[in-house]
Amino acid sequence: MARRYDSRTTIFSPEGRLYQIEYAMEAISHAGTVLGVLATDGVVLAAEKKVTGKLLDLSVAKEGGYGGSGEKIFLLNTNVIAGVAGLTADANSLINYARSAAQRHLFSYNEDIPVEQLAQRLCDLKQGYTQFGGLRPFGVSLLYAGWDPHYQFQLYHSDPSGNYSGWKATCIGANNGTAQSLLKQEYKETVSLEDAIGLVLRTMSKTMDSTSLSSEKLEFATLTVDPETKRPVAKIYRPTEVDALLAKHGLAKAEDPESNQMQSRDGLLVTR
Amino acid sequence: MAECSFGLIGKGYVILASDSTAARSIVKMKENEDKIKALGPNLIMATGGEPGDTIQFAEYVERNLRLYHIRHNHTLRPSSAAAWIRRTLADSLRSRNPYSVNLILGGYDHTTSTPNLYWIDYLGTMVDIPFAAHGYGAYFALSTLDRFHDPEATLEEGLETLKKCIREVEKRLIVSLGKFKVKIIDRNGMREIEL
Repeated sequence: MARRYDSRTTIFSPEGRLYQIEYAMEAISHAGTVLGVLATDGVVLAAEKKVTGKLLDLSVAKEGGYGGSGEKIFLLNTNVIAGVAGLTADANSLINYARSAAQRHLFSYNEDIPVEQLAQRLCDLKQGYTQFGGLRPFGVSLLYAGWDPHYQFQLYHSDPSGNYSGWKATCIGANNGTAQSLLKQEYKETVSLEDAIGLVLRTMSKTMDSTSLSSEKLEFATLTVDPETKRPVAKIYRPTEVDALLAKHGLAKAEDPESNQMQSRDGLLVTR
Repeated sequence: MAECSFGLIGKGYVILASDSTAARSIVKMKENEDKIKALGPNLIMATGGEPGDTIQFAEYVERNLRLYHIRHNHTLRPSSAAAWIRRTLADSLRSRNPYSVNLILGGYDHTTSTPNLYWIDYLGTMVDIPFAAHGYGAYFALSTLDRFHDPEATLEEGLETLKKCIREVEKRLIVSLGKFKVKIIDRNGMREIEL
């Protein structure tokens, strides 16, 4: 029944729905969780990595690099970072667009693009794909964490329809319902960055698929303001820094007892 | 021609002054022309140069800054507005029919609580400076300002310095420029005063 109206994005169904957009959001609900929390002195983003494995070459990520560790959380501009959930290729395209938009603003106005404006630019692009061109929408939701001198720290969420809204704490991707209700219970507007980090890590550990947190499955970033220079500082944590942070909050992966054991030839287990 | 404008910064304020003569060839048409355009609640711009271009450009800038304000719910800071204005002039220079307008831009930045002053010429040259002048009067006023300007001066002291500049121009410029229109911007906004 719905099938007749879902092959092209530019068509409404009789019930007034745009099915392609809903299907895009369905795709996102299977993607790795991204969580964002606004604190009084910063914004925190955490994301669950889905692409992992021994054979993955992460040597670039270990050194950091300008744009961050590269699967879920990206630097858009000096004052904005974004976490993506959904189709990775679509996300990369949007990230690239956002970075160009930020630089175009810098070119014209010699200032960092205000966070809401960057979110709006991306949303204008996404909305275009739902109204004309006959192309499918972007299957990506983004969380934008940023700072500007007009409205200070901000957190925005945008989805494939091209709609966006500002949040104090929110979650996208898999298990976002669970995470959202956890945040609703525990979040306070007066939360400091340190406490927000703790809240984010605890919430992630409860909603992620894996049994324990480690830098292998978790990406982490913060957006703060340097107290001396008064300029925004985006920090996308390197894998070693993520592990250190987890250890500090008591959420580090416990040593797997089996990996420490060696079997001796007569079958008796020997612990290392 | 023979248009003259000044700007100077003091403690928490910026003053812009411009002559108010509208003349063509040997005829003085008007003596109370306002050559300082308000670009927003915290930004003013004194224009001079090719007649017609001046008003056209000033209105273009004002409308675009207003559109930005309506779209984005906040005004551009003086530094960002100046960058945009300069970029517009620089692009115009590289077109078939460039704007020939010189500007002095004064504003109050509420995010840093400081006054700003920019000198921009028709080539798109821009400098962020404590005092500025355009026109023939600049040849006299800049020396006066070099000697007497104090960036920490109170408003009264700043106005006294401005009066010195105007007197110098009156004395030494061959053309009489008549009364100067003076506008002040501080954290409370923009106001015009009689010297």
